[in-house]
Amino acid sequence: MTTTGTPVFVRGGMTRKQRRLTLIGIALAVLGLAAGLVLYSLSGSITLFQSPTDIVEKNLQPGARMRLGGLVEAGSVRRGQNMEVAFTVTDGRNSIPVAYRGILPDLFREGQGVVTEGVLGPDRSFRADSVLARHDENYMPKEVADSLKRQGHWKPGDPAPNPNAPARSP
Amino acid sequence: MSPEIGHFALVLGLALALVQSIVPIWGSRRGDAALMGTAPPVALGQFFFVALAFATLTHAYLVSDFSVENVFQNSHSTKPLIYKISGVWGNHEGSMVLWVLILTLFSALVALFGRNLPLTLKANVLAVQGWITAAFLLFILKTSNPFARITPAPMEGRDLNPLLQDVGLAIHPPLLYLGYVGFSMSFAFAVAALIDGKLDAAWARWVRPWTLVAWIFLTAGISMGSYWAYYELGWGGWWFWDPVENASLMPWLAGTALLHSAIVMEKREALKVWTVLLAILTFSLSLLGTFLVRSGVLTSVHAFAVDPERGVFILAILVAFIGGSLALYAWRAPTLKQGGLFAPVSREGALVLNNLFLTASCAAVLVGTLYPLALETLTGAKISVGPPFFNWTFGPLMVPLMIAMVFGPFLAWKRGDLLAVAQRLTLAFAAAILATLVAYAVTTGGPVMAPLFVGLAAYVIVGALLDIAERIQLFRAPAATSLARARGLPRSAWGAAIAHAGVGVMLLGIVGETAYKQETIVQMRPGDSVQVAGYDITLQGLVPVQGPNYRDLVARLTVREGGVDAGTLAPAKRVYTARAMPTTEAALKTRGVSQLYVSPGDASTDGSIALRFFYKPMVLLIWIGTLVMMLGGVLSLSDRRLRVGAPKPSARRAAAMQPAE
Repeated sequence: MTTTGTPVFVRGGMTRKQRRLTLIGIALAVLGLAAGLVLYSLSGSITLFQSPTDIVEKNLQPGARMRLGGLVEAGSVRRGQNMEVAFTVTDGRNSIPVAYRGILPDLFREGQGVVTEGVLGPDRSFRADSVLARHDENYMPKEVADSLKRQGHWKPGDPAPNPNAPARSP
Repeated sequence: MSPEIGHFALVLGLALALVQSIVPIWGSRRGDAALMGTAPPVALGQFFFVALAFATLTHAYLVSDFSVENVFQNSHSTKPLIYKISGVWGNHEGSMVLWVLILTLFSALVALFGRNLPLTLKANVLAVQGWITAAFLLFILKTSNPFARITPAPMEGRDLNPLLQDVGLAIHPPLLYLGYVGFSMSFAFAVAALIDGKLDAAWARWVRPWTLVAWIFLTAGISMGSYWAYYELGWGGWWFWDPVENASLMPWLAGTALLHSAIVMEKREALKVWTVLLAILTFSLSLLGTFLVRSGVLTSVHAFAVDPERGVFILAILVAFIGGSLALYAWRAPTLKQGGLFAPVSREGALVLNNLFLTASCAAVLVGTLYPLALETLTGAKISVGPPFFNWTFGPLMVPLMIAMVFGPFLAWKRGDLLAVAQRLTLAFAAAILATLVAYAVTTGGPVMAPLFVGLAAYVIVGALLDIAERIQLFRAPAATSLARARGLPRSAWGAAIAHAGVGVMLLGIVGETAYKQETIVQMRPGDSVQVAGYDITLQGLVPVQGPNYRDLVARLTVREGGVDAGTLAPAKRVYTARAMPTTEAALKTRGVSQLYVSPGDASTDGSIALRFFYKPMVLLIWIGTLVMMLGGVLSLSDRRLRVGAPKPSARRAAAMQPAE
């Protein structure tokens, strides 16, 4: 498209003012295009982060796409056939069962923080299509840490509730 | 060497930085050559002391001095030598020292090689560099002392994060920082010009090589980081639109725009005010990147520190430098004289279009990166902006940019003729149509749009080659004449064409990887076979292997291609013993520019293991494309015009030898 919308002037018949207006016009068109794309895409590709308590208390509708984060409840991981995995995500007050099929990330462990993305089912169970644990073993995913703090399970300053986390000396 | 020497050297460096911040600029205001002359030796002294501090820290790592907390937290006595060295910058404190070391290195280079700079400009540039150095040294000494001791000294260290124990990542941060910090030079030149109120074509000629150096390193750093993520994280992805990646992409986009607008300023004295603004914005984005990564406001493997004091300090630096320079800009920019009129359809016009699309895409990335932070601060809602957002904003903005990119070099300065250029590009259009049809015919599946993008890539590559062919009159003049013209062609012209072709090569790799990749996940027992993209892969067995500071569970796979043995693959599940941290080691088989990629999941108790196979056609072109772009940058940098710098008598002789552009 190169300069779609700009007239092609082979013979220079433009005044200084016209040239400037043309340039400003192109600039506004490009910025308008960018702004339009940003607004359009933002409305479609945002996912909200929810804790198990959010899901229970806000009575969220089934079918909604979201991120669910919390701790993987100790003893809740069951592996089935064909890489099916079921586990429970808890924030200490409420728990949500999660089903996932595929390879779990390296840092997925019982008792540790996890963020899953997927769809809430009708019986308050969660079908995850991705499990994220792209965090370093020193700390929790930020959203999970915040939600645990809210539930009073982790005070700021404490080491992350993680058996391998080294206590940071001040 | 005692760590205290390093600490003391940092303090001395800070003292010198303060001198450099004040004295030269005071001299330039008073027109005092002696005061201005203090800048170069002080800059060299600063580099010496920061380098001494860095050497002291490196020494502490090499001898595993665990009485230094930083070494204790990030090193281990059994760690291989290269990771003892890279461990120095594999953590917050050490990486900040590296940041400042590179900053003072650039100041020292200006002091040493900036002989043809006017005295006032040189003094002002070094003073601005002094401000940045002082701010960051203060930050290190106040909040992130790398030399803090612990008593009693522990016997053994905690080891470097295993994900960072990789050759690619050992050199990724220094490259990235050379890029980030290199843009401080264009920033310093811009602020110095605003202070002086003097801005001419010679200024652009001085700024361009520094910007080009920073751009080449940043390109290398981003590319290296992307390849690291591709093979080390085990997900097979090469770009995640992670905030930390975006933090490095934004200065790259702005820096690319700056490179192009500086050409207009140098050749035509137009776009002055805009170029200065871009120089300021580019470094501001580098600072923003440093803030996002270092303050811990984002969550990723890069955030070593979750420490509010540091975040507030860097935020203060950010506000002071960005706010200060923009205020100075608002005050002084109107006094700069604009020159060089041009018609919308012209080389200048094309470069303006380039700048518009690059800055607009940069703004889109900025919105996507900061929106979740802003929303959480304002409303408390936690959201994530996923890759679809970036693909749907960034992608559509890149397409017109790439179409226009081919036209640009063919358009004449001041006033061009689109139709005439389109005629000269017939071959590029033909190549695009042919490539689209071929891609459509030979590929099955994949998105409908993919063949069109293959066509776009072919158009960009052929268009860039046509630019060179046209300039040397290939096939139109006798071969000897063409050869002579090719030799006489300025290196910057070669550089531009090659860099543009590199963009096309990279695009081809991106299309191949995203549109035509094949993926299979299977649970396998020893003896099981699977077929992936024409390869028969058999799991021979699972073998435990002991490494220097880790244990591997290796899945031994044999690969057959059309019944013929094609070697083995050995992906592994690895556990680093010091931190008991598991990682996934993917295995790759390269065929031309395509790759077969295997990454293992968890082994089950019944002796089976989950394996994820990818076939990634043309994937290597992504990084080969960036290498080609860097080659273009290096060629451009070696152009005589930039080495000579300011217009000098000898420049006339050089001009006589080369045909006019």
